[in-house]
Parts: sequence; C-alpha cells; structure tokens
Amino acid sequence: MIKRLLSSTYLVVLLLMLYAPIIIIAIYSFTESRVLGNWTGFSTELYSSLFSGGVNNSLIDAIKNTFIIAIVAAVASTLLGTIAAIGIHDMKYRKRRVVNFMNNLPILNPDIITGISLFLLFVSLGVTQGYTTVILAHIAFCTPYVVLSVMPRLVQMNPNIYEAALDLGATPFQAMRHVIIPEIRPGMISGLLLSFTLSIDDFAVTIFTNGTDGLQTLSTYIYADARKGGLTPELRALSTIILVVVLVLLIVVNFRARRQAKQAEEQRITLKN
Amino acid sequence: MQSRFVKFFSRRRNWSIPYVLFLVVFVVVPLVLIMFYAFQSKDGGFSLENFQRFINQPEAANTFIYSIGIALITTIICILLGYPAAYVLARLNSSTARVVVMLFILPMWVNVLVRTLATVALFDFLKLPLGEGALIFGMVYNFLPFMIYPIYNVLQKMDRSLIEAAEDLGATPRQVFTRVVFPLSMPGIVSGVMMVFMPTISTFAIAELLTMNNIKLFGTTIQENINNGMWHYGAALSLIMLVIIGITSLFTDSEAEEAANDGGLL
Repeated sequence: MIKRLLSSTYLVVLLLMLYAPIIIIAIYSFTESRVLGNWTGFSTELYSSLFSGGVNNSLIDAIKNTFIIAIVAAVASTLLGTIAAIGIHDMKYRKRRVVNFMNNLPILNPDIITGISLFLLFVSLGVTQGYTTVILAHIAFCTPYVVLSVMPRLVQMNPNIYEAALDLGATPFQAMRHVIIPEIRPGMISGLLLSFTLSIDDFAVTIFTNGTDGLQTLSTYIYADARKGGLTPELRALSTIILVVVLVLLIVVNFRARRQAKQAEEQRITLKN
Repeated sequence: MQSRFVKFFSRRRNWSIPYVLFLVVFVVVPLVLIMFYAFQSKDGGFSLENFQRFINQPEAANTFIYSIGIALITTIICILLGYPAAYVLARLNSSTARVVVMLFILPMWVNVLVRTLATVALFDFLKLPLGEGALIFGMVYNFLPFMIYPIYNVLQKMDRSLIEAAEDLGATPRQVFTRVVFPLSMPGIVSGVMMVFMPTISTFAIAELLTMNNIKLFGTTIQENINNGMWHYGAALSLIMLVIIGITSLFTDSEAEEAANDGGLL
C-alpha cells in the first residue's frame, strides 16, 4: 500500500516538474504584462488581441506560413510515402533493404544535419530559398515516417485479397482503391498526423532552408523574438490555446479508441456465442 | 506511349521509383555534399584544412567535448528519472497507464522554443540563476518523455510469467529486478538512449536561450559557422557530429540486437 502510494507520488511529482513551465505560461496568458513572470492583474487582453489582429502582422504571417507549410508537406508526404510503401512492399528483398536504409537516413540524422545538408544542396543548385525549399525540406523529413507507418499495414494485409479482386475482374486501379487503400488507411492517417505535427514543430530544418527573404514560421519567429529579448506576450495565449486543443483532441481520440475496443470485445463475445 | 506508361506502373514495385529518386536528390546527395564541402578548401581544391582548423582551434574542440559531456549527463539523468517512472507505469492497469503516458507526451505539443522560454521563466520565477543547471534541466525536461516511452513499452510487453518463475525459484524481489526485469528491459533503455543522446548532442537554440548565450554547444557552433558563410568549416563540423552519431548508433544497434537475442533465448 505504502509502496503504491510512493510510486504514484513519484509519477505526480515528475509530471508536475514537466508541467511547471507550461502551467506558468498558461497562468501568465491571463495577464497583460509584456514580461513573462510579472503579474499585472487578470485580463484576457492577450487572447482578444491575438484574434482581433492587435498583434503585429509578422506573427500572423508566421502562423499562416506554419499551417500552410504543414498542410502541404503533410499531404504531399502522405501521398508520396503511401505510393512508395506499396512499391517497396512489392520489391525483392535486397533492393528493399537498400531503400529501407535510405528511408531511415532522415530519421536517424539529427535535424541540424538534415537542415545543413539541404541548405548546401539548395546553395549548390543556386536555388533561391523560400516557400518551395522549406516545403521540399519538410517533405524530405516527413515522408520516411509515412512509409514507416503504412508499411506494417501492408505487411499485415493478406496478399490474396488483391489477387482475388483482380481475378474477379477489378482493374488494378479499382483493386487499389477498393482493396488496398481501405486496408492501409489507418497507417496513412497516422502518417499524415505525424507529418503534420513534425512539420509544425520543426525549427532546425526550417531555419536553414527559409532563405533570406524573411519567410518565418512560428518556430523561427519565436527564435528571432527570443533573441531580441523576449517572447511576444500573445504567444503565451497561442500556446495555451494549442495545448487545450491538443488535450481535447487526445481525450476524444482516447475515448473513441476505448469505445471501439469495447465494441470489438462485445462483438467477439456475441460471435463466440 | 501512354500504354507503356500504364504498363510500367502496373508493376507495383515500380511505384517506389518516384520516392527513390526523391530520396537520392533530397537525402543522399545532400549528405554527400556535406562530405564534399568538408574536404574542400575555400579555393575549391581537396584539403584537410577544415579538420586541421578544428584540431588547432581549442574553442571548437572544447565546445565539442563539453557538448558530449552535457549530452551524457542529460542521458544519465533521463535514465535515472525515466526508468522508475516507466516501471511504475507498466504496473498500472492499462487504461490508467494510457492516460498517464498521454500526460507525459502532451507537453511535446507545445513548441520546443516556447517550452524552453517557459523554463527560463520558471527559473526566473524561482530566482534560480540561468546557467549549466538550467541547461541540463531544460534538456532533461525536453527529452525525458523520449526515455520513458520506449522503456515503458518494453516493460509492458514483458512476459509476466518470467517474473513469476523467478519468484517461484526463490529469487528475492531485488534479484528478480536485477537478473530478470532489468536485462529484459535493455532494448527499451537502448532506444531511449538513442532518442535522448542524439538530439541533445545536436541541439542548438535551446542552449542559447537557457543560458542567456553564456554556454555554447556544438550545434550552435555549427549554426554560427554556416550563418557566417563559412560553409566548408561548418560542413566539416557537421561531418564530425555525424561520425559521433554513427558510432553511437552502431554501438547501440549491436547492443539492442544482443539484448533482443538474449530475450529470444529466454
């Protein structure tokens, strides 16, 4: 009993330590003070100024850029990665190993190396860096994760059902659409979500590929801001909002997963009977 | 023409070709370019001058060793804090455990730089000085979930009957842990080490913000060189980092394989 109490206390203390900085941000998002850590009375000013455009345009631009880049990169990575995974799955063992190795490179590489290597590529090719280069760079480090999340689905799939569809007169395209895609969809979705979050959170690769024309994402904006000596206060409100949205999403997903598991269990029991 | 195109892509293995080309252009060639730049002098010929400069310039070399030290300390603290947490988590019932694991991962959704600035605020709030302590706290804070998660995964999947068997054979709880549970959780620790050590050794920005620019890590040195147009030297430093990471991953790979084999034998 005491042991249990001790161990749960440990978890709680550790969680408190992890959450302390975030809790501070959330608390100080309800005060107007420019400096984090200085309480000047309760106010929702930061939230209203975030939504009414009271903040400077460059922050709004950075937020827009972050989302545009993340959406484009995530969708492109999911398409490229899914098609690639289907192809790789069908390859001979030795070639498959080579491709898998190349696919793992961006995952194993620290992001600073990915950033610098792509920077050198764009510089050598004489490409002006900007939107396109950032998106290409994000596709480069997101797609491997899509391949990795789609692949297990393909491996689990019964290869005969694709053949069966062909035998029953489906064109390869129809077989793909109605047989393979539904089977691998969960992998595609988790790849898409993973890419989206990786892209939104990226800092190291973006800073090396965004060029000198002043293209900023949220990360690079915060970095520039912090170097100038402080976080734009509205970012406290934005971070709090992101945290709450993610929390709600996770609760919903968790709740749904639990309900589905329960349903599956019930179905299994009725089938047994 | 069109039918040849259709025929080519009706073989599914050919579907991987666009991605393979993409990988070559955006992953393989850039990495080769790092090597190319690293061994090139400013006037374009082959040279080792960038590496000589690294050895002769105590500042960069010192930063390099210091960064490895910080990464090691961070990794060790993460193991010491993370292992017990993973162990406790693995003993909870699965639905509670899932919620707690989620709580551990949730902070990762706040932008890394915002979290780092929040750590700075926390230290200010508690009137603690910003420096090495803050740096290590910030690193542990950022990477601890990456240690807990893989260890938890391994512990949770561990075959309970092995523990019961050890108990039946008269092992004390301590022996059960040191002889059975801990060796079997090695693969989790190894992947945790990979996921903590590698990013810590390559971070930049985080260190700058946590120490008010007082402590420089190797990542920062690389970034500064690249930003200041010293691509060749920056590439050489990147290559040195890549080598360290390659060595670590080789070491941890064989370790993980060994541990997996041991697990298989059992």
